[in-house]
Amino acid sequence: MTESDFLTSAPPASAQQGADAAPYLVVEDLTVRFPTADGVVQAVTGLNYTLKQGKTLGIVGESGSGKSVSSMAIMGLHDPKRTDMSGSIRVGGREVIGLSNNQMQTLRGGEVAMIFQDPLTSLHPFYSIGDQIAEAYRAHNKVSKAQAKAKAVDMLDRVGIPQARNRVDDYPHQFSGGMRQRAMIAMSLSNDPKLLIADEPTTALDVTVQAQILDLLQELQRDFDSAIIIITHDLGVVAEMADEVLVMYAGRGVEHGPTRELLTHPEMPYTWGLLSSVPDVTASTESRLLPIPGNPPSLLNPPTGCPYHPRCAHRDKVPGDLCRTELPELIPGRRGPAHLKRCHLANPDMIYETEVLPEIAPDLVELVTEESLEDTSDPRHPGSPENADQIDTPQRRAPDPDGEVK
Amino acid sequence: MFGYILRRLVSGILVLVTVSAATFALFFYGPSDPALAYCPETRCTPERLAAISDQLGLDRPVVEQYGDYMKGIVAGDDFQAGAISIACDAPCLGVSFKLRLNVTDYLWGRFPATLSLAIGGAAIFLALGLTLGVSAARRRGTFSDKAIVSSSLVINAVPYYLLALLAYLYLISEWSIFPASGYYSPFSAGPYAWVKGMLLAWIMLGLVYSTQYARFSRGSMIESLNEDYVRTARAKGLSERRVTLKHALRAAIVPVVTIFGLDFALLLAGTIFTERIFSIQGIGLTALDAIGTKDLPIISATVILGATFIVVANILVDVVYSLVDPRVRL
Repeated sequence: MTESDFLTSAPPASAQQGADAAPYLVVEDLTVRFPTADGVVQAVTGLNYTLKQGKTLGIVGESGSGKSVSSMAIMGLHDPKRTDMSGSIRVGGREVIGLSNNQMQTLRGGEVAMIFQDPLTSLHPFYSIGDQIAEAYRAHNKVSKAQAKAKAVDMLDRVGIPQARNRVDDYPHQFSGGMRQRAMIAMSLSNDPKLLIADEPTTALDVTVQAQILDLLQELQRDFDSAIIIITHDLGVVAEMADEVLVMYAGRGVEHGPTRELLTHPEMPYTWGLLSSVPDVTASTESRLLPIPGNPPSLLNPPTGCPYHPRCAHRDKVPGDLCRTELPELIPGRRGPAHLKRCHLANPDMIYETEVLPEIAPDLVELVTEESLEDTSDPRHPGSPENADQIDTPQRRAPDPDGEVK
Repeated sequence: MFGYILRRLVSGILVLVTVSAATFALFFYGPSDPALAYCPETRCTPERLAAISDQLGLDRPVVEQYGDYMKGIVAGDDFQAGAISIACDAPCLGVSFKLRLNVTDYLWGRFPATLSLAIGGAAIFLALGLTLGVSAARRRGTFSDKAIVSSSLVINAVPYYLLALLAYLYLISEWSIFPASGYYSPFSAGPYAWVKGMLLAWIMLGLVYSTQYARFSRGSMIESLNEDYVRTARAKGLSERRVTLKHALRAAIVPVVTIFGLDFALLLAGTIFTERIFSIQGIGLTALDAIGTKDLPIISATVILGATFIVVANILVDVVYSLVDPRVRL
């Protein structure tokens, strides 16, 4: 594909292949462990998910929940000498685990590209932006330096850097934070990756720039038909971007489902905690945030049973001390096969509606209760992922002034 | 940048003036009379001592002597010693008390040996130290990393003069593995003789300095290998070699440049142990001899020379820094 037609061409044919196409990324029973002097860090345990072309998966969780570690495993960015990996990661049908460093090189930055959290530290301070983008392009294309430079200008232009031709020789410290992240995106997209992993791409940016970057990612996803994994702890970002959400805790997936479904009917107390930790911008300044009590567990020595049980306010509702003794499976709950949860609670929906929701978003209780009545009448069709971009977190919807929320 | 260098040069000159004044002060207000060194111990009468003082000009006020000395550096001077007149053009560093020679010319004649020693030694320790440091950093925690770090500590723990002396005794005197040193032959007279006279001194200097460079560059490299931009480079699909050399080393080498600039300046100022043990007639050995004979003009000249190298190296390091790191603007 030449420079000019990648700018103008329609999305590739794979976009029209529909929902039946085989997933581009398959992660099966992925386990990542780091042996250290203090013991084995069980960073990721038994993780499963799939992702199709053109779709976006949001992975959420606290620091140390394994979201970045699992994604870096796809790129083979863990030092094999210090990492024990098992399970399977298939990218475009090709098994990645066990590939040598040299074999990984064609994949990295080519088929799979990554955007990192802090664009200032992620760009080399001593090389110009253009050089760094050109280097990424030349790593996968046999082109001259001049051609690579032209590509860099094109890419910078594509991600909305004004006067790209003049800015291409600037160094990262001469760019603003948002421009740096745009440059990172330009770099990662320079080889038309089929899978883009965005590891907290907006965390280091201010809010107005965040929205621009997310819009840019969505626009580029449409143009390139890439699959995107967006790692974040910001549920607003997930609501805006993701078709599906995977909630991770202590290295395991604890809830997984279509975005709208999962955010409106969360079934796992940890997800409730994440939702209640989102500040409501319209709330009065006296109202308290509801953080999750306690700290993330040590991955050297994870808790027995459900890893969340030491912090879970609802563990008493499960009979027989089950939360402490037995790890729940990640299985569909009552809301249909697409919505998986790892929790012993028998009736999480009811607890959420009667106990959690009134506390975190009182004005939504009625709405959700009605909706859930509708939904339970036809449990095979939970919130459809296609409409995911139309919804928002409950907190965002709460301030809606025009009375739709009744 | 130009203004910055100018400011640094001015402050550097102030440093040199201070250093030379301190040398004078130490010399004249020290515990022994400098003229005593030229007065034969057994037949030294007060009259004779006074005559020597007068002849060397040591009986004049110290400030006046210092003023003359400074004037000589800027404008040049001519020395009258009895019937002989010694011309001394600027920068005139005086005339040696003992040798009755123009110090500037004398040191200039000694400098090539020191320069050769410094260049050869620096080439070895920089190459060896960086190679060892980088490879240790890449293999952090493995056996070879530990071997490099611990052997560098062991070599560093042995006093340098002892190590160099033993090397001289065994490798040159006893077993004759290395050619005898001490006959500095200028490079222009043929590289073979040049290398031959310097070889073991280079190796010893290189070996001992390289241990510090290995540890230092290892630390710096480990730090930069953990940087986010190195992860980015790897994520781009670059080869491990390119990631290490172009991305990590480029950043890791910056602090090494700083240390190297100062170390090289110190080497140029004369390596007393190395020159003494391998009898290389350089600046360091000259300074050592001059201290023994209380030859103020030579002592003072070597001190000023050393201070000049360090001042210039500091400025050069900052300039190089601004060239290497685009974020630094002078």
